[in-house]
Amino acid sequence: MSTSTEKEMWVSKLRKGWQKNLPIEKLLPDTQPAYVASWIYLFGVATLASLGMIIATGLWLSFEGAQWYHTSNVGHFANSMHFWSVQFFFVFMVVHLWGKFWMAAWRGRRMLTWITGAFAFVGSIATAFTGYLVQSNFDSQWISYEAKDGFNSVGIGSRFTVTNFGQMLLLHVAFLPVIIGLITLVHVLLVRAKGVVPPIDAFNKELGERK
Amino acid sequence: MGIFDHFMNLRAVYIHIGWFQISITNLIVIIGMLTLFGLALFLPFPGNKKKGQK
Repeated sequence: MSTSTEKEMWVSKLRKGWQKNLPIEKLLPDTQPAYVASWIYLFGVATLASLGMIIATGLWLSFEGAQWYHTSNVGHFANSMHFWSVQFFFVFMVVHLWGKFWMAAWRGRRMLTWITGAFAFVGSIATAFTGYLVQSNFDSQWISYEAKDGFNSVGIGSRFTVTNFGQMLLLHVAFLPVIIGLITLVHVLLVRAKGVVPPIDAFNKELGERK
Repeated sequence: MGIFDHFMNLRAVYIHIGWFQISITNLIVIIGMLTLFGLALFLPFPGNKKKGQK
């Protein structure tokens, strides 16, 4: 039984904070400001779509296995789909980054959105590199033997062993995708909570001045 | 062996000017991204008509 004098539970604080900062109307909006009607605003969701394709084809490759994707026609197709979704993922993310940089999209208390985006970018690069190491062919062997010298030279080769196939595979298919997924989730929720940043020359009530 | 297998087995071609070196492939990707960025800024978005336009 609770009374008004009892200390508020963390669940209650979390619920109230969530309802205040990210009500369902903000989480699932059906309209956007007029300035969002531009192609440049599509690259974020294009990046998300590519990420979805990367995860789907990655799961496909995981279930079928290396023998399959090296030797069968369908396996080659799935392998190529995984590779090209990554290429498009980075192309879209870079154009998204350029767009947001020139919009100064960190304005209006959106600093965390910008920072999580930066972490997602750097984390995605690490994830992609571990992917090159786990192709299980001569290419991945060559890359890992070249990369190990770099990691050893900066003193982290004993912890991050690029020639250790098991470690790289688990990083690529488990640890790093989970991290990227979480960062992406927080990034998207922040975009929903704060809204799409207005153009620099637009009057913004939220900021209270022209910026 | 198809045309793509043959293409994948070729050595990368580089442009090298002084300290600057880049593979043709990477140059194409970067130019492609810049083109995409430019098009996204300047191409009209469907349904985005300003007041007074028909």
